[in-house]
Amino acid sequence: MNNPQLDTDGRLRHLLSIEGLPKKILNQILDTAESFVGVAEREVKKVPLLRGKTVCNLFFENSTRTRTTFEIAAKRLSADVISLNVNTSSQSKGETILDTVDNLIAMHADMFVVRHNQSGAAHFIAKHVPSHIHVINAGDGRHSHPTQGLLDMFTIRKYKADLHNLRVAIVGDVLHSRVARSEIHALTTLGVPEVRVIAPKTLLPAQVDKLGVHVFHDMKAGLKDVDVVMMLRLQNERMNGAMLPSTQEYFKTYGLTQEKLSYAKPDAIVLHPGPMNRGVEIDSTVADGAQSVILPQVTYGIAVRMAVMAMLAGGSGQVQGGQA
Amino acid sequence: MKIHIKNGRVIDPKNNIDSQLDVFIVAGKIVALGQAPAGFVANQTIDASNLIVCPGLVDLSARLREPGSEYKATLESELQAAVAGGVTSLACQPDTHPVLDEPGLVEMLKHRAKQLNLAHVYPLGALTRQLQGKILSEMGALREAGCVGFSQANIAITDTQVLWRAMEYAATFGFTLFLHAEEPFLAKDGVAHDGEIASRLGLKGIPSAAEALALASILRIAHETGARVHVSRLSTAEGVAMIREAKQHNPNISCDVSANQLHLTEHDIGYFDSNCHLKPPLRTQRDKDALSSGLKDGTIDAICSDHTPVDEDAKLAPFAEAEVGASGLELLLALTLKWAKQEKVSLLNAISLISQTSANILGIPAGDLSLNNYADICIFDANEYWKISPNTLKSQGKNTPFTGLELAGKVKATLVHGQIVYQS
Repeated sequence: MNNPQLDTDGRLRHLLSIEGLPKKILNQILDTAESFVGVAEREVKKVPLLRGKTVCNLFFENSTRTRTTFEIAAKRLSADVISLNVNTSSQSKGETILDTVDNLIAMHADMFVVRHNQSGAAHFIAKHVPSHIHVINAGDGRHSHPTQGLLDMFTIRKYKADLHNLRVAIVGDVLHSRVARSEIHALTTLGVPEVRVIAPKTLLPAQVDKLGVHVFHDMKAGLKDVDVVMMLRLQNERMNGAMLPSTQEYFKTYGLTQEKLSYAKPDAIVLHPGPMNRGVEIDSTVADGAQSVILPQVTYGIAVRMAVMAMLAGGSGQVQGGQA
Repeated sequence: MKIHIKNGRVIDPKNNIDSQLDVFIVAGKIVALGQAPAGFVANQTIDASNLIVCPGLVDLSARLREPGSEYKATLESELQAAVAGGVTSLACQPDTHPVLDEPGLVEMLKHRAKQLNLAHVYPLGALTRQLQGKILSEMGALREAGCVGFSQANIAITDTQVLWRAMEYAATFGFTLFLHAEEPFLAKDGVAHDGEIASRLGLKGIPSAAEALALASILRIAHETGARVHVSRLSTAEGVAMIREAKQHNPNISCDVSANQLHLTEHDIGYFDSNCHLKPPLRTQRDKDALSSGLKDGTIDAICSDHTPVDEDAKLAPFAEAEVGASGLELLLALTLKWAKQEKVSLLNAISLISQTSANILGIPAGDLSLNNYADICIFDANEYWKISPNTLKSQGKNTPFTGLELAGKVKATLVHGQIVYQS
């Protein structure tokens, strides 16, 4: 089975999931992103790397934040950007995903940024596009959200010198989370020696330990001596039902408060992919506190997405954004 | 019409025959094995040198898509596929549109199939009206119309009281129920085995417990009511153990496994291969091994094709949205032979699993080469390899996880009622 993300020379062709990507490529993306951080601070916040290219944001599932960051990233690379919310228009008229994609290819799109509520949707599209078109997965069902995973790694790298000497805890709804899966694969691929997940059994997928994580159900034990706490968003529809009795009980047991954070190392950092449910999975004092790196995540997210787009469109993977 | 099949290796499990014999057919019936009857002059001779001559295969579960889904497949395309796969009799599931819950529909289907003069079609009637699991269908009338048993296809009866009554009623008249064991609440929205692969791929899982729970109800109620129950398409190690235990005290239980489950596991889903979106889901290596052992020790009685042709568009979607099923009629023989070779099972025993035992379960006159039987015969080359591809399949459903694989076991000719209906 060929890895659909890499071309025959082992270079990145699509970004569909973190799983299956070698450490070298992950580091390459992160290093490239480093050179793009400065672009936003210039007077002219643009580099011409994707000039004349058309990036198409194809969102089959609603999203404002992720779509916006991809738009900004593409625009800073001087690409032409089209954003489509397909869930409301064509799909309801019975048009298939491939019909939509084929139409956009006919309009000479060069790159698709895809979000879909079904796991595997980005793989599916990548399998059907011609070889000069690149696909970036911006979230597929519960499966993967690779740019989020990468921007989290970028953020951790900024605050923690040595990834090979870290203890990281991921807290919350791992079962439904594509972010958690991407984070787990990114952390384990980059050599983080201890990755933990903390959640009630109802929010953990079957055999989650096979992904290379240690499983905890108790915050005190799970957060003990960790360097990084990665919170997950609890989707509204999971809050009351058979998964969890109530948001109050969830907050009491798994919500990140200053008190629970004190079990971690004193210099531990706190991440969250946003949007946050304050008072559900995270307390405001932590979200806005000194250990929170949640806003820097957003800033770095743009640099990371610029890096991915530049590497895909540039083809060589040798892009140096700062010098462009 | 007199046909002479000469020099073939005849394998007939029922009569425990495995030797080089000639077969003589007169007026559609087998009149002699070995020596030609006096005065026999063949109109047609089939040279079966280096080939195997066995009973036409009997498939316990196929979908023909008629009535209602002719864009996926037609009776003609699928019965062509059947005979190309050596299958001369098959049971078809009632989940058509409309559902096979009325005698008129069954008669129409039987009539259309008969006119085509290919494989024999034995419909399984809907056990409940519209397969809704609420009101029993008119089993007696359906039986008269030609149903050989009653099935819920993939739709479970959630109300155990209805299941109980259905079994009681069927037991009254000695009808066989064909039930797929999957507890629908646990399996809700699930598309893959609830294990490592589903967790990695972010697919909603169907736990093994869904089969065990449903099976526990089915076996218990079968025991209480004395109904004759055939469990279709077993998928878990636990399920095999439960059937093994049930069979020790209940002779009215039988079961089958799909050829897909004998060769594939959850790992074959790979990068979301929608051809591996099957019902039941592909499970673990441990389950696959247990199914194989169950088949060898007789816990599992037969192998079915679970033939489910799906149109290309319906498979062109992200995994969970892609329609369930795989084309299988033409692969049943080759996949069975492959399994037998791997597990060192004799050809005689392997062929029995797709002919004689299936025919017994359906209660139909097929699956053996006894004298005076209608000559439903499959002639194949056990050593010829063929590549599975959309071009090599007659079925309108080109959807199979085995695409690209080369398999041994090529059907050379198929006879139904003594007529050659397929030849390659």
